[in-house]
Amino acid sequence: MSSAFTKSAARNIFYGGAVFFFLLLVGLSFDTMQTLPKRDNRENLSESAIRGKHIWETRNCIGCHTLLGEGAYFAPELGNVYTRRGPEFIKAWIQSQPTGVPGRRQMPNFNLTDAQLNDLVEFFKYTAGIDTAKWPPNVEG
Amino acid sequence: MKYQSQAVAKPYFIAAIGLFLGQILFGLIMGLQYVVGDYLFPAIPFNVARMVHTNLLIVWLLFGFMGAAYYLIPEEAERELFSPKLALAMFWIFLVAGAATILGYLLVPYATLAEMTGNNILATMGREFLEQPLPTKVGIVIVALAMLFNLSMTVLKGRKTAINLVLLLGLWGLAIFFLFSFYNPANLVKDKFYWWWVVHLWVEGVWELIMGAMLAFVLIKVTGVDREVIEKWLYIIIAMALISGLIGTGHHYYWIGTPEYWQWWGSVFSAMEPIPFFMMTLFAFNMVNRRRREHPNQAAVLWALGTGVMAFLGAGVWGFLHTLAPVNFYTHGSQITAAHGHMAFYGAYALVVLTMISYTMPILRGREANSRKAQVVEMWAFWLMTIAMVFITLFLTAAGILQIWLQRIAAEPMGFMAAQDQVALFYWMREITGLVFFTGLVLYIVSFFIKGEEARAS
Repeated sequence: MSSAFTKSAARNIFYGGAVFFFLLLVGLSFDTMQTLPKRDNRENLSESAIRGKHIWETRNCIGCHTLLGEGAYFAPELGNVYTRRGPEFIKAWIQSQPTGVPGRRQMPNFNLTDAQLNDLVEFFKYTAGIDTAKWPPNVEG
Repeated sequence: MKYQSQAVAKPYFIAAIGLFLGQILFGLIMGLQYVVGDYLFPAIPFNVARMVHTNLLIVWLLFGFMGAAYYLIPEEAERELFSPKLALAMFWIFLVAGAATILGYLLVPYATLAEMTGNNILATMGREFLEQPLPTKVGIVIVALAMLFNLSMTVLKGRKTAINLVLLLGLWGLAIFFLFSFYNPANLVKDKFYWWWVVHLWVEGVWELIMGAMLAFVLIKVTGVDREVIEKWLYIIIAMALISGLIGTGHHYYWIGTPEYWQWWGSVFSAMEPIPFFMMTLFAFNMVNRRRREHPNQAAVLWALGTGVMAFLGAGVWGFLHTLAPVNFYTHGSQITAAHGHMAFYGAYALVVLTMISYTMPILRGREANSRKAQVVEMWAFWLMTIAMVFITLFLTAAGILQIWLQRIAAEPMGFMAAQDQVALFYWMREITGLVFFTGLVLYIVSFFIKGEEARAS
C-alpha cells in the first residue's frame, strides 16, 4: 500500500467503520423487533407451546434436526413438520423410536408423557405458522 | 522467550491440541453414523457426538486464543504479565470445567443434565453450539473476565501497539457478545435473532480481530518486515471485516421469521465478507515475499501462509457460494452449510491457532526453532490435514448439491432420508478423507517429540 495512506488513517477507518456499522446493526435490529409481531406468530405461542420449546431444548433435538434451517443436518427439518406430517403422526413417530432397523439412523426414545408430546406438537404448530418468507422451497424441508 | 510470564501459554496450547484430537475422534464417529446409522447407538447418539465435536472445537480454539494472548500481550506490551498466577489458575478452572461438561454430555442424559445444572432456573441449553449447562456458561464468563482483567492491566502499564490493542478489543468483544447466550426468549424468532449475536458476531466479527492480531504478530516475527507496514494492513483488514461482517449478520435473517429487507442487507454486505479474507491472503504472501530475514522456523511460515489461503477459501469463497438470498433459499440448512462450516473453521481459526503454536512452542521449549527433522514432519502434518480438509469440503459440497436437487428442486421432491440414501457415496468419501485428516493430526502431535539438531537461520 502506498505511503500516502498512513497507519493512523487505517486505524480511523477501522474505528469509524466499526462504530457506524454496529450502530446501523442496532438500528436495523430495533426496526426488526417492531416488525416481528406481524411475522413471528406470537399469538399462537401458547403456554403449551412454550413448554414444548423447553422440551425441544432439553432433549437437544437441534443436535440432529434443523429448525427453520438451523441446527444439524443429520435428520429432517422440523420447522414445518406439523404441516408435513400432522399432529398424530408426529406423536406416534416419537413414541415408536428407535426403529432398531440395522444400519439405519436411530433416534433415541425420550420417554415423553402424553402431556409432553402434546406440548411438543403445540410448539411445532407454532413454528409452522412463522412467516419464513416462503422457506423451505417445498414441504419436504 | 523475552518474559518469564509468557510461559503460562504452554499449558493452554497443550490442552488445545489434546482437545483438538478429541474433536476429530468424535468427528470420525459422526461421519460414520452418517452412513452406518446405528453405529455406537444408543451409547453415543449422533446428537451427543455432535455436541462433543462442536463444543470441543470451541473450547480448544478458546484455549488457543487465550494461550496466544498470554504469550503475545507481554511481548507486545514489553513487560511481564500482570498476574501469571491468575492466568494459571484460570487454565485449571477452564480445563476442569470443560472436561466436566464433556463428561456430562457423554455420561448423563441431556434432559437430566439440564435439570441437575439449574436449567429450570435460567433456560439457556439445547441451542446449537450453546448447549453448555448454566454453570459452564457462567464459568466461561468468569474465566474470560479474569483473563481480560489480567491482559488489560498488562497493556495499561505497558507499551500499546496496534496488535495488542486489536487483540484485546477482539477478546473483550468475545466476552461481551457471549452474554447473549444467557438470553433465551420463548419467542423462537427472537431466540434465533439474538443467538446469532453470539455465533455470527463471534466468527464473522470479533474473532477476526483476534485472528488478524495473531497473524500480524507471527508475520512480524518470522519476516522481520517493518511493524508500521504490518499494522497498517491489520487495521485495513479488520476494518473491512467489521464493515462487511456486522450488517452481514443479515445473511442469517432471511428465513427465520425476520423482515424480508434482510435479504437485501444480508446479500449486499455479506457479498463483501470475502474481501478481508482475500486481503489476509495477500497480506501473508506479501509480507513473506518482502521478508528481511530467513527465520529458522519454516514450519511457522507455512502455517501462516496456509491460514491466509484456507481462510479465504473456506470463509470467503465457500461463504460467498451460498450467501446471496436467492441461492440461500435452496442451500439453507443443507450439506452446503456443513461444507462451508468445516473449511471456514479450519482455515481461519484452527490454522491461526496452529500458526501461533508453531511459532511459539519451540521458543517456550527453549529454542528458536525445532530441528529440521521435526519441522519436516510438522509440514507433512500441515499438508495432510489441509488437503484432507479441502476434499472433505468438496465431498460435502457435492453431497449438498445433490441433496438440494433431489429434495428441493426436482419435479417430484424426495423426502429427507430418501435423499440422504442417494448421497451416501459422498459421505463415505468424506469419512475416508477424515481418516487422512486424523493421520495428519497424529503426525502433528508426533512432530513435538522428534529431536535432532536445532535449525538455524540460513
